[in-house]
Amino acid sequence: MTSAPARPARITAKKRLGDRLFSGGATTAGALILAMLAAVASFLVLQGVPAVTADPRDMSILAGHENFWTYVWPLIFGTLWSAALALLMAVPLSIGIALFISHYAPRRIAQGLGYIIDLLAAVPSVVFGLWGANTLAPAVQPFYTWLNDNLGWFPLFSGQVSGTGRTILTASIVLAVMVLPIITALCREIFMQTPVLHEEAALALGATRWEMIRMTVLPFGRSGIISATMLGLGRALGETMAVAMVLSSAGVVTFQVLTSTNPSTIAANIALSFPEAYGLNVNVLIATGLMLFAITLVVNSIARWVVNRRKEFSGAN
Amino acid sequence: MNFKRYGSVAAIAVAGSLLLASCAANEGDTGSSTGDEGTPSTLSGTLVGAGASSQQSAQEAWVAAFQTANPDVTVEYDPAGSGAGRDTFIAGASSFAGSDRAFKDEEIAEDNFASCVPGTGIVELPAYISPIAIIFNLDGIATLNLDADTVANIFAGNITKWNDPAIVSQNEGVELPDLAITAVHRADDSGTTENLTDYLAAAAPSVWTWEADGVWPIEHGEAAPQTSGVIDAVTNGTGTIGYADASRAGDLGTVAVKVGDEYVPYSAEAAAAIVDASPLVEGRGEGDLAIELDRASTESGVYPIVLISYLIACNEYEDAAQAELTKAYLEYIISDEGQQLAAEKAGSAPISKTLFEKASAAVAAIK
Repeated sequence: MTSAPARPARITAKKRLGDRLFSGGATTAGALILAMLAAVASFLVLQGVPAVTADPRDMSILAGHENFWTYVWPLIFGTLWSAALALLMAVPLSIGIALFISHYAPRRIAQGLGYIIDLLAAVPSVVFGLWGANTLAPAVQPFYTWLNDNLGWFPLFSGQVSGTGRTILTASIVLAVMVLPIITALCREIFMQTPVLHEEAALALGATRWEMIRMTVLPFGRSGIISATMLGLGRALGETMAVAMVLSSAGVVTFQVLTSTNPSTIAANIALSFPEAYGLNVNVLIATGLMLFAITLVVNSIARWVVNRRKEFSGAN
Repeated sequence: MNFKRYGSVAAIAVAGSLLLASCAANEGDTGSSTGDEGTPSTLSGTLVGAGASSQQSAQEAWVAAFQTANPDVTVEYDPAGSGAGRDTFIAGASSFAGSDRAFKDEEIAEDNFASCVPGTGIVELPAYISPIAIIFNLDGIATLNLDADTVANIFAGNITKWNDPAIVSQNEGVELPDLAITAVHRADDSGTTENLTDYLAAAAPSVWTWEADGVWPIEHGEAAPQTSGVIDAVTNGTGTIGYADASRAGDLGTVAVKVGDEYVPYSAEAAAAIVDASPLVEGRGEGDLAIELDRASTESGVYPIVLISYLIACNEYEDAAQAELTKAYLEYIISDEGQQLAAEKAGSAPISKTLFEKASAAVAAIK
C-alpha cells in the first residue's frame, strides 16, 4: 500500500476543533504583536514629523539649536555611549557569573545564586535610581577624584571631576547592574545546554577545566551570548527613570566620564522634559522617541545578522 | 419577609445618619473663614481654575479650607503648568488661572478672554510669593555672604574653589576649605530656574549674560531632576551649591545675598518686601497688580530671589455666578488666614499689608 517511494502521498491531518482553535489563537497572537508595533511606529511617525518640518524657532525646547538634528544628536550619542559603557562592564561579569553557576560552583550554591540573580531583575528601576543617586554616587565620588588626580592624562578621566559623583560612569554602573540579571540568566541557560559529550571529550584529551570551557562551552554558546547581550542592550538603551535620577546631564557630546556635564539619554530626556512641554515641544520629544525606536531596530537587526552569520560555527544546529 | 423589611429600614437609617454626619462635619466652621461671621454660606456651584504647578500645595490647602467653609462649593485646580493655565483661561474653560508670570501687554491688548466681558480687562494678583534659597553643603558652615556677581560667577563656572578670594573677602572669620565647587541646577524646565536666572541677569549683568529662562542656559554645572533631586545632590555631594524653594532647604547652609550694602538671608518678610519695593507694570488696569520685579533693588531688607505666582481673574464676568464664586475664593486667598495657611503648608511668604490693601480693592471690584 505505502510502497510508492517516488511520490510519498501528502497526508493532510483531519482538522479537529481543538486544532483549529489553537492555530487560530496562535495566529492572532502573532498578528497582534505586529499590529501593536505598527500602531506604535505610526504614532511616533505621525506625531514626530511636525518637529522636523516646522520652523525650529516655534519650538522653545530647540532654543540654542539650529534644528531638530543638532538637538537630538547629543541625546543619541549619550544613549549609545552610556549603554556601551554599561555592556562593557556587564557582559564579562555576566559571563563569569554564568560560568561559575554552570560549571564551577557546587550545585547547592549555584541554585541559590541563580535565584538571587533573578531577584535582581525584579527590582523596579526607580529603586535602582534612588540607590544610584543617593548611595552609589556619593560612595564612588572619592574614587573618581582619585582617578582624575592620578589618571587625568587619560582622555576618559580628564576634565573637572564631579563633586557629587552623578556622572555618566555612575549611570552606566547602575545600568550594568540592571542588565546583569538578564544577560546572566540567558548565558547560564545556554552554557548548561553544552553537550556533555563535548565537555567530556575535551577533558579526556587532557584539557584543564578552563581549556574545556574555552574549547566547548564558549564556542557552543557564542550566538547565545550575543543574543543575551542584545537583550541587555535593549534594556540599557530604553532605561528611563534610573538614568534620569542618576545622571547630571547637559546637551554636550563628550567622552569624559567623570565630569558634571554629560550627554543625556533620549529616554531620560523625554521623562525630564515632558511635564513642562506644550505645543510643538511635545512633537519634538516624540520625534526623539522615534529616533530611539529606530536605533533599537538597527541594533537588533545587527544582532540578528551577527547571530545568523555565526550560526555555522555554533553547536546548536 | 419581616427580615427583609427591617433590613431596608435599617439600611435607610444607616444611610441617613451617614448623610447627616457628613453634613455636620462640613457645618463645623461654616462662615468663619469667609469673613461674614454667623451667617451660613449661600455660595454654591463649581469653580474651575488651572495653571502653575508651583501653587499646587498652596491651592490644595486653600481649596480644602474654602470648601469646608462653603460646603456647597466645589473648587477644582488643575496644576497643568503656567502656560497651559493661561491658555485655559483665555479659552474660557476656567474661571481663574494661576501663572508664574503676568500676561504680557500685547496679550492683554488682544482682549480675547472668553469668560470676561470684552473691554473690562483682567485682575492679576501676586498672591503667592515663595522665596528661593541658594543652598550649599560645606561642613560646619551654616551661612555665607555672597554678592550677586559672586553667585553668578559660581554658577557660570568662573569661580571654581570655595577658598576663592572673592568668597573669602566677603566672609571674614569663616574657614573656607580648598575644595572644588560643584554647582547644581535643575535638569527639567522649571519656574525656580527662571527666577534665579532672572535675578542673576538683573543683578549681575556683567557676569551673567544669558537671559532668564526656565531651562538652565549654560552647559556648566551639575543637573538634577526636580526640587528633590537638587536637594539630594547638594546634600550627598561635597562642596556643592544649588538653589531650591526655601521651604525645602532643611539643614543645608544658605546664602545671604548682598542687597545694597547689607547681606540679607532669605525670610518670608524679606521676600514679601521685594514685592513692595518693586513698581507695578505701567499702563495696566485698576485691578491688574502685575509687578515689575526689581531684582537689582538696593532697598534695605529685601530678598530679591523670589518666585511670584499670580492669580488671574476677570474684572467683569459674563456669568454672574462665576463672578461671585471667583470673588469669594480670591478674597479668601489674599486674606490673612489664607496667606498664613499657604505659609504653613507650602512655605510661601504671606503678602504684606500694603499689597493686601491693593489686592483686596482689586478683588472687591470683581463683578
